[in-house]
Amino acid sequence: MRLIISVGMILMLISGFLLMAPGAVFAEEAAAATVQAESTTPWWVWPLVLFVVTFVLGIVAVLGGVGGGVLFVPIIGGFFPFHIDFVRGAGLLVALAGALAAGPGLLKKGMADLRLALPVALIASSCAIVGAMIGLALPAKVVNIALGGTILGIVAIMLMAKKSEFPEVQKPDNLSSALRISGVYYEPSLGENINWQIHRTPQGLATFIVIGVMAGMFGLGAGWANVPVLNLMMGAPLKVSVATSKFLLSITDTSAAWIYVNNGAVLPMMVVPSIIGIMLGSIVGVRILAKTKPAAIRYMVIGLLLFAGLRALLKGLGIWN
Amino acid sequence: MGGKLKATEEQLAYAKLLDVGMKVGLIMLVITFVIYLLGALTPHIPVNDLPKYWSMPVNEYLKATDIHTGWSWLYQLGKGDFLNFVGIAFLSGVTILCYMRIIPILFRKKDTVYGILAVIEVLVLVLAASGILKAGGH
Repeated sequence: MRLIISVGMILMLISGFLLMAPGAVFAEEAAAATVQAESTTPWWVWPLVLFVVTFVLGIVAVLGGVGGGVLFVPIIGGFFPFHIDFVRGAGLLVALAGALAAGPGLLKKGMADLRLALPVALIASSCAIVGAMIGLALPAKVVNIALGGTILGIVAIMLMAKKSEFPEVQKPDNLSSALRISGVYYEPSLGENINWQIHRTPQGLATFIVIGVMAGMFGLGAGWANVPVLNLMMGAPLKVSVATSKFLLSITDTSAAWIYVNNGAVLPMMVVPSIIGIMLGSIVGVRILAKTKPAAIRYMVIGLLLFAGLRALLKGLGIWN
Repeated sequence: MGGKLKATEEQLAYAKLLDVGMKVGLIMLVITFVIYLLGALTPHIPVNDLPKYWSMPVNEYLKATDIHTGWSWLYQLGKGDFLNFVGIAFLSGVTILCYMRIIPILFRKKDTVYGILAVIEVLVLVLAASGILKAGGH
C-alpha cells in the first residue's frame, strides 16, 4: 500500500512538473518569437499523456507477461503524434532500461546465465546494429507495414507457441559442449536443483541473426522471440530462458540504442517520461501480480497488440492515417 | 541446499557493476530531466516548438533544428535538452563497462574462448557507440 502511495506521489510530482513547466519556466521563451506549432495542443500535453500511458503499459506488460518495448512501439507509434523514428528510439531505451534494472537480480540468482547469453548476445547485438541502420534508412510507410506484420506475427506466436518448463535434452550438441553451456538452478516449486543443458545451438544462434535485425529495426525489444528460441528450440528450461532473454535485451538493445542516439532519433522529452512511466508501472504491476494472476490480462494484451498491429499496418498502407 | 547455488565469479562481478551502473544512470536521467523541465538551462529547441519537430522524420528534424549527429551533444551540455544525453549515454554505456569488468576474470580463469567473445562484444558495442555508423536518409 505504501508503495502504491509512493508511486502515486511520484506520478503527481512528475505530472506537476510537466504542468508547471510551461508557465513558470519557459515563459520567457513563450514570449519570444516562437514558431507557431501546427497543432493548438500545448506541447506538454503529449509528454504528460505519454507518461500516464506508459505507466499503464508498465502494469499491463508485467501482468500480461510481455516486455514493455513490444507494447510501447506499436501503441505509441500508432496513436501519438511522434514520428516512428523517435518512437523506435524511445522504445529501445525503454526496453533497455527495463532489462538493465532486471539484470542484476536475475544474474545474482543464477536464473539468467552468462555462459548462455554471451555467444547469443554477440550475434544478436551485431545484427541489431544492422537492423537499426536499415530501419532508419527505410521510409516510415515501409517501417509501419513491416512493423504491423511483425506485431501480427507476435500475436500468432503468443496464441500458438507452447512453453516447456523443463524441455528434454537427450544429448547436448557439439558446440554447446565445446562452449560448456549448461547450468543448474534451484526450482522452488519442486524444492530441488535442476540441471540443464542445451541442444541445436547452431540453429539457435542462426535464428538470433533474424531476431537481432528485427530488434534493431523496430525498437521492440525481443523477449517475444528470445524466449521461444531459447526454450523450445535450444531446450533451456523456461525460467532460465525468460531470465536470460531479459538479460540479453540489455546487450542487444544497447547496440541498437547507440545507433538511434548517434543518428539523432532520440528526443529526451519522449524518452524520459516513457522510461519513468513504464518502470513505475512495472513496480506496481509486480505488486499486483504477487496478489493475483488475472488470466484475462494476457488476452487483453493480445487484443491490444492485434489492434496496434493492424493500426500500424493500415497506417503504412495509407488506409488509416 | 536449495536456493544456495552461487553464480560464477564473472556473473556476480557483472551483476554487481550492472546494479550500480543502472542506478547511477537512472538517477542521472531523472536529475537532468528535472533540470530540463525547470528550464534552469535554456534548451536548444524551445519546448513550445517541440510539437513541430517530433512528427518529422529524423533527417528532416536534424536539418530543421541544425542538430549534428554523433557525440556533438557533448559540446552543448549547457543546453537543457542536450544535458539529458548524459544520463541516456550512461545507461547505454553500462553494458560496455560490465563486459570490460569480466574480461580479466575470464582470462584469469583460462576461459579463453569466452574472454575473446567478451572482447569482440566490447568492440561491437564501442563501434555502435562511436558514431561512425551513419544511417542513410529517407
